[in-house]
Amino acid sequence: MNDRPLVVDNVSFSFGSVGVFERISLSIDRGEFVAVVGPSGCGKTTLLNLFSQFIKPDSGRVMCTERVRMVYQTDSLFPWQTVRENIELGLRSLTDKAERTRQLGEMLKLIKLEGFANHYPHQLSGGMRQRVELARALIGDSDILLLDEPFSSLDYLTRIRMRNELARMLDKLPRTVVLVTHDIEEAAQLADRIVVLSDRPARICSEFYVELARPRELTHPTVVTTVHEILAELGLEHEGRQATLQGVAQ
Amino acid sequence: MIGKTVSSKGRILPFVVLLSALLIWTVVSSLHVFPESVFPSPLAVARGFVEELRTGRLTDDIVASLFRVTTGFGLAVLFGIPVGLWLGNHARARTAFLPLVNFFRSLSPLAWIPFAILWFGIGDLPTVFLIFMASFFPLVLATVAAVANIPSVYFRVARDYRFSSREMLLNVTLPAIAPQVITSLRVTAGLAWLVVVAAEMIAGRAGLGFAIWDARNGLRMDLLVCGMIVIGVIGVILDRILLQLTKIPSVRWGYER
Repeated sequence: MNDRPLVVDNVSFSFGSVGVFERISLSIDRGEFVAVVGPSGCGKTTLLNLFSQFIKPDSGRVMCTERVRMVYQTDSLFPWQTVRENIELGLRSLTDKAERTRQLGEMLKLIKLEGFANHYPHQLSGGMRQRVELARALIGDSDILLLDEPFSSLDYLTRIRMRNELARMLDKLPRTVVLVTHDIEEAAQLADRIVVLSDRPARICSEFYVELARPRELTHPTVVTTVHEILAELGLEHEGRQATLQGVAQ
Repeated sequence: MIGKTVSSKGRILPFVVLLSALLIWTVVSSLHVFPESVFPSPLAVARGFVEELRTGRLTDDIVASLFRVTTGFGLAVLFGIPVGLWLGNHARARTAFLPLVNFFRSLSPLAWIPFAILWFGIGDLPTVFLIFMASFFPLVLATVAAVANIPSVYFRVARDYRFSSREMLLNVTLPAIAPQVITSLRVTAGLAWLVVVAAEMIAGRAGLGFAIWDARNGLRMDLLVCGMIVIGVIGVILDRILLQLTKIPSVRWGYER
């Protein structure tokens, strides 16, 4: 068993003449929840595509030693399949029908959609659909969860609820997680480590560690301080204000 | 409760409109504004309908027209959807063939009538050919457009869950294009029904189009109107049958989103 199931080592990647990464290195520990934030178009999603081996680097090494599932930014549930059928995609390798039914029942209970197994995605709200997406990615045998701005299409309140849902689901079904997000609050509320990327060609500007158990309150001083630190790192907030807030938090 | 009242009213409304149209027709024909020979009364048309049924001609004509439409349209579906799928999935082939497909789609199928008669004579074959030409190209284009509109994330998910090529086609592409293809089936079936009447007028020896032409030649306007009514009713029934496809639960997403 490798303690670092996801590694990009000295990786460069470009789309034609546009350099996205130049010798970037990042490794993710087993069971770690890492959030990647950065300016729009800096290559956050490309990093996930490298991890999932959907694209190959121009140079350097990408290592992914375990089974990966991905949740996408856009609605990726099959609209012609019911909630049950969509989630069952995650159990394709399981041949025992009784075991499939049992796991499916448990998952529906976990995402609180027991009464919606035979509904189609268009009959659900945005938050419910996102729960089904997470369920499909978490059910069955997978080790790594790659989340590409999974809550970006939801309204603010639903996004906050979904963060708590995700924390609750991961508590029951622990995974190594990489979350790409433009939402600094989301990163601070969920991740153990937050990686801040620079503009293209992206490099890692800084990393923030949040040592606080999940689920976390959005207004918890540690979360608030982390948000301010990240904003300051991105040049969106003054250091002085950050220092003041740190004082308040203490 | 309000919804229920509106719904039952909604069901009655078409009958009210039809009865009103029948009433206006009866009144206008009873006023003898136009002679009976050019504006037959509903009663004359009803008598003509009974006469056509008794002789068995109407049934024969309906069967002949339905057979031609089913064959021509069925062949267009059989070849059009696979060709559309192929073109939709192959960019180079699409670039090469799409202008030609668009050209034939823009060409009125009736323009083929002289060739249809020259190549196939008179009878079933030329009509089937014309219906095929009318339905095939629009179906190909509709399928190509539907394939092009499939969000790429569905294929990405299918790849993540290790779908085989066969599963990609059967479990992703086909269900993803089904709503759009069903809509185009309804449109092209309507087109096929229009074309069969026109084609039979010129290249037929039986069928509803031929019956109308025959009635016109015999100055039997009552039978002509009878044929028109039957054509209209069958057209509506055909559309109703295809409309049932849109009620399949796994395609409802295409109409309700």
